[in-house]
Amino acid sequence: MTLLRIEDLRVYFNARGRIVKANDGVDLEIEETEILGLIGETGCGKSILGRAIMGLLSENVEIGGRIIYKGENLLELCEARMRQIRGKEIGMMLQNPSTSLNPVLTVGEQIAEVYRYHEGVGKEEAKKKAADMLKLVGMDPKRMDEYPHQFSGGMKQRVMIAIGLALNPRILIADEPTTGLDSSMKKQILDLMSGLIKSRDVSMLLITHDLEVAKGVCNRIAVMYAGELLEIAPAEKLLSEPKHPYTQDLLDSLPRMGLNPIPGESPSLSSPPAGCRFHPRCRCRSDKCSEKHPDMIGIEAETYVRCFLYKNDKSKG
Amino acid sequence: MLKYILKRLLLVFVVVLGVTVVTFSAMHLAPGDPAEMIAVARYGEDLTQEEIEWVRATEGLDAPVYIQYLGWLEHVLRLDLGKSLITYEDVLGEILTRIPATLVLAISSLILSLLIALPAGIISAIRKNTIVDNACMTGALLGVSMPNFWLGLLLIWLFALSLGLLPSFGYGSIKHLILPTITLGPSMSAITTRPTRSSMLDVLNQDYIVTAKAKGLDERTILLKHALKNAMLPVITFVGLQLGFLLGGAVIVETIFAWPGIGRLLVDSIYARDFALIQGCVLFIAVIFALANLAVDVLYAYLDPRIRYEKK
Repeated sequence: MTLLRIEDLRVYFNARGRIVKANDGVDLEIEETEILGLIGETGCGKSILGRAIMGLLSENVEIGGRIIYKGENLLELCEARMRQIRGKEIGMMLQNPSTSLNPVLTVGEQIAEVYRYHEGVGKEEAKKKAADMLKLVGMDPKRMDEYPHQFSGGMKQRVMIAIGLALNPRILIADEPTTGLDSSMKKQILDLMSGLIKSRDVSMLLITHDLEVAKGVCNRIAVMYAGELLEIAPAEKLLSEPKHPYTQDLLDSLPRMGLNPIPGESPSLSSPPAGCRFHPRCRCRSDKCSEKHPDMIGIEAETYVRCFLYKNDKSKG
Repeated sequence: MLKYILKRLLLVFVVVLGVTVVTFSAMHLAPGDPAEMIAVARYGEDLTQEEIEWVRATEGLDAPVYIQYLGWLEHVLRLDLGKSLITYEDVLGEILTRIPATLVLAISSLILSLLIALPAGIISAIRKNTIVDNACMTGALLGVSMPNFWLGLLLIWLFALSLGLLPSFGYGSIKHLILPTITLGPSMSAITTRPTRSSMLDVLNQDYIVTAKAKGLDERTILLKHALKNAMLPVITFVGLQLGFLLGGAVIVETIFAWPGIGRLLVDSIYARDFALIQGCVLFIAVIFALANLAVDVLYAYLDPRIRYEKK
């Protein structure tokens, strides 16, 4: 069952007269109890997508399209209704745990306030629930009266997980949850997250630039490039037979595959190339690619790709 | 926390010791012969060389400077700041009688200034680049640019002379307090509004504010609980300096309104060339400044746990 449906999402920033198209026609669905990976290079607009769902974009932004959750279009909701959804229905963890926790509040308080605010429980009750949450993410609840700077990066990320899951939301948006962690810690945090998410029937949107991170935990993966999606497929399929040349190159650039960088740079979001946005860097480009903008087409079951190399399979799309 | 305060206190002691050196040398660095100055202050211009030498000997001014300093320091450490050269009153006693007036004015104007500056700074930050923001910032600019002596005189003219509502000078009642407070408070708030705004703006862009929003908290909780405590850290430095300045006696305002505080005492003693009194006042003001800074440090540690647990 589809839990959240994004339809033709367009997020345009006005940056000193230039229009930056951070998200340009994104269609994406988050299914119940799935882990959906959103992969892309830095600056492709993937974090913006996460913030757009939460309604946390700055005010100088133009948003178009629809984000449907439980029959409501989140983009049209008033701020008061949106506050009820944030945290309670859709939780979010930000990129950097060192800057995402408030330095002058104890970690216990940063979890407990969520219960007091959303569930209206008393101080003691909220504290008890916060302690349980810390236990759940593998931390000593005795440390709840300590401040963020007294914890290591991995510990802080555990606290972030505890905050994100405190109210048992239906969806957790995790934006680069492993940034700044060493590889053994990465694995621990990812295992902890995917374990908790599965046991609590939560869906997760895992935003990352790191295919290795997405590989182990995701059910499906969506690949984003210059503000639009280029490929969506079940994780195993996308990793074993990538369809889009960009996805193929991305896999080739992994250290394990020989660390082959993709030539060129990601295009600017204010003036993306005409036609297919990836064509200037593409190995397989033809004349058509610079002239026409390809549509997202379904080519196999649950597999969509935005590339002229593939033909629409009407029966599956 | 206690260890932290003790460490700071030790530092204050060192600073005050430095101040005593400077204060003491000022007398000897000032142009002219200190013995002659004292003699003139006491007995008038018409002096013979013998009389000056007599003063030099009785005041101990013929000893080497460092001996003089140590002797003076010994007295200072015993809280003996000497006697006024003119009235022979005890300098410390003189200063102590002036403290209540200065304290009252300092507290009332600081409270008024914070009551204006904090809301104005915070609202400007939240409503950045709106009419409200521009109005607050223009007000702050006006406040900073308006000299105290001018504003004070204007207020006297309007409220005391034209309208006859308030006394133009003196001390003793709430009515007397109003004009000096309105002169000092708003102009100090003008100084604090700007750092409050920029600090608040900076904090509102931090990731932890986004985290707070993502929790679904309302704007009030986010502002007052998550942002304000962080935003106040840089502002406290300004407020601490202002407090030091006020407790040392707002010299100009105290003079305009004939307010019997430390600042007024300092100005009077300078006019009278009462060197012992000047020295006592300067030393007292310096100590107050150092203590105000200590208070800032302690407040910092209270607000920011990262400082509190430093090298624990």
